[in-house]
Amino acid sequence: MNFSIVIHDTAEAFARREDPAQRLALFAPLAAYLKALSDAGVFVGGAGLEAPATATVLSQSGNAWQVQDGPFADTKEQLAGLIIIDVPDRASALEWVRRFPMLPGRKLELRANLSPPQE
Amino acid sequence: MSEAARQAVERAARDSRSRLVAFLAARSHDLAAAEDALSDAFRSALESWPRDGVPDKPEAWLLTAARRRLIDAARHAQVHAQATPELTAALDDAQVITNDREHEFPDERLKLLFVCAHPAIDAAARTPLMLQTVLGLDAARIASAFLVKPSAMGQRLSRVKTKIRDAGIAFEIPRGDELPQRLDAVLEAIYAAYGSGWDDVAGADPRRKGLAVEALELGALLVRLLPDEPEALGLSTLMLYCESRRNARRGPDGEYVPLSEQDVTLWSQPMIEQADRLLRKAERMGRLGRFQLEAAIQSVHAQRARTGNTDWESIALLYEGLVRIAPTIGALVGRAAAVTQARDPQTGWSLLQRIPPDTIANYQPYWALAAHLLELMHRPDEARVARERAIGLCEDPAMRTFLMSLPQHHHR
Repeated sequence: MNFSIVIHDTAEAFARREDPAQRLALFAPLAAYLKALSDAGVFVGGAGLEAPATATVLSQSGNAWQVQDGPFADTKEQLAGLIIIDVPDRASALEWVRRFPMLPGRKLELRANLSPPQE
Repeated sequence: MSEAARQAVERAARDSRSRLVAFLAARSHDLAAAEDALSDAFRSALESWPRDGVPDKPEAWLLTAARRRLIDAARHAQVHAQATPELTAALDDAQVITNDREHEFPDERLKLLFVCAHPAIDAAARTPLMLQTVLGLDAARIASAFLVKPSAMGQRLSRVKTKIRDAGIAFEIPRGDELPQRLDAVLEAIYAAYGSGWDDVAGADPRRKGLAVEALELGALLVRLLPDEPEALGLSTLMLYCESRRNARRGPDGEYVPLSEQDVTLWSQPMIEQADRLLRKAERMGRLGRFQLEAAIQSVHAQRARTGNTDWESIALLYEGLVRIAPTIGALVGRAAAVTQARDPQTGWSLLQRIPPDTIANYQPYWALAAHLLELMHRPDEARVARERAIGLCEDPAMRTFLMSLPQHHHR
C-alpha cells in the first residue's frame, strides 16, 4: 500500500538551504533517512522541491492559461517535498514518519496514495 | 459553597473514577455504558452538589446515580432488553454497598486491567484502553502519544469496548495456569505506556515525557492490587530506575548524553533507593522473571553513583539470564553491548551477528551498536554504513545529532 509523506516547511527552513554551511547539516540526516527507507525496501520515490518563490503557478480560465509567480498559496508552511513509501498499512507508515528528521515549524502530512478506480 | 462542591466533584473524579468504572463494568459487562453512565453521574453531581450540598459518601452517591442511568439505558436499548433484569440484579449489590455506611465498595480495578490486556483484544489497543479506562486520559492525548489520528484512536477504543461487551469477555482474575500469561500481557501493556513506543527507554528524550508518569502510576496500582506478585514489583522497579536518570540524559543544550557519560549526581537518589528496596522485596519472593532481571540490570548501573564504576561482568551475566527467558531483540542487543564491555568487541560482535537479520532491519539500537563495534574493530567502512543506517532510523533528534557528531576514522 503506497503512502505519501508530504513535507511542509517554513520560510526560515527554505532560507537555511541557501546557506552553504547549513546545507550539508540539513541534508545529511535526510540522506540517512532515505538510505534507511531503501535498505528496508519500502522506498518508492520522492523529491525535495526548490523554494516556493521559484514556482510557476498555472491555471486555466476558459481556454486561456493564467500564469503567476509562486508561491501557490500564501501560507506559513510551504510544500517542500514528498516521499512515497510502500508499506503494509498506516501503522507501518507512521513508524517511518516517527523517524523523519524534523525542523522547527516543519509539518508532515501522511496520506494514502489514491488507487486507480477498480472495474 | 459551590466552589467547595465543585472541588468535591473533581476530587471524586480524580480519586474514585477508575474504581467506579471498574465496579460498574464488572457488573454490567459493558465498559462503554459504564463510562457513559458515570460521566452522566458526574454531570448531575456538578448540578446538584452545589445546590443540595456534598453527600456524606460522594462515591456512593455517584454509584447510585450511575447505576440508575445504566439500567435506564439498558431499558431503552431494545437489543439488550432481555439483559435488563440480569443487569438490575447485578447492580443491586451496588445498592446494598451504597447503603452500607461502614464499607467502601470493592476495588475491581485488577479485573479491569485484565480485561484491558485480554488476549482477544488487539495488542496495539491494550495500552490505550488501559490509559483511558483506568487513568481516565482523553483519547486525543493518547492518540498523540501513540502517533495515531485522534479520530482513529477514538474509533479504535470504542470498537474494542463493543467487542468486550459482545464477546462477553469476563471481568475476572485469571486463575491457575492462565494467570502468568495473562499477567504478562498486563505488564507489557503498562511497560508500553512507559516507552510510548520507544525501544530504548534509557535513551528517551526527557522533554518528550510521553506517558512515563501515567505508566508509573499504573505500575504502582498493579503492585497495590497484586502485592505478592514479584514481576509486578519488577516492572515498577525497572521504571523507577529509568526514571531516576531522567535529568541526566540531556546536557544543558538538550544534547544526548549516553549512560556511560551521565553525571551521576543528577540521578535521583530517593528514586534509586526506593527501587533498590522494591527489587529486594521482589527477590525475596523467589520467583525470577523478565522484569526483575531488567530491573536488576538497571540496579547495577545505578550502583555507579556509589562505587564510581560499572560492574559489566554482572550486567553481562544478568543479560545471559534475560535472553534465556525473554529473548527480545532489545535483550539480545543489550547482551552484545554488555559482553563487549566485559570482554572485547569481537565477542560482542559475534553475539550481534547471531541475531536473525530480519528482526534487526529497522531496529535502531542494533545499528548504533554495530557501528560502535565495527569502529572499535578498525573496520571504518562498514562502521560508516552501519552508522548511517542508525542515523536514518533515529526517532530522537538529540540521538541523531549525537550520532552525526561522533568522530569517524577514515581510510586514507
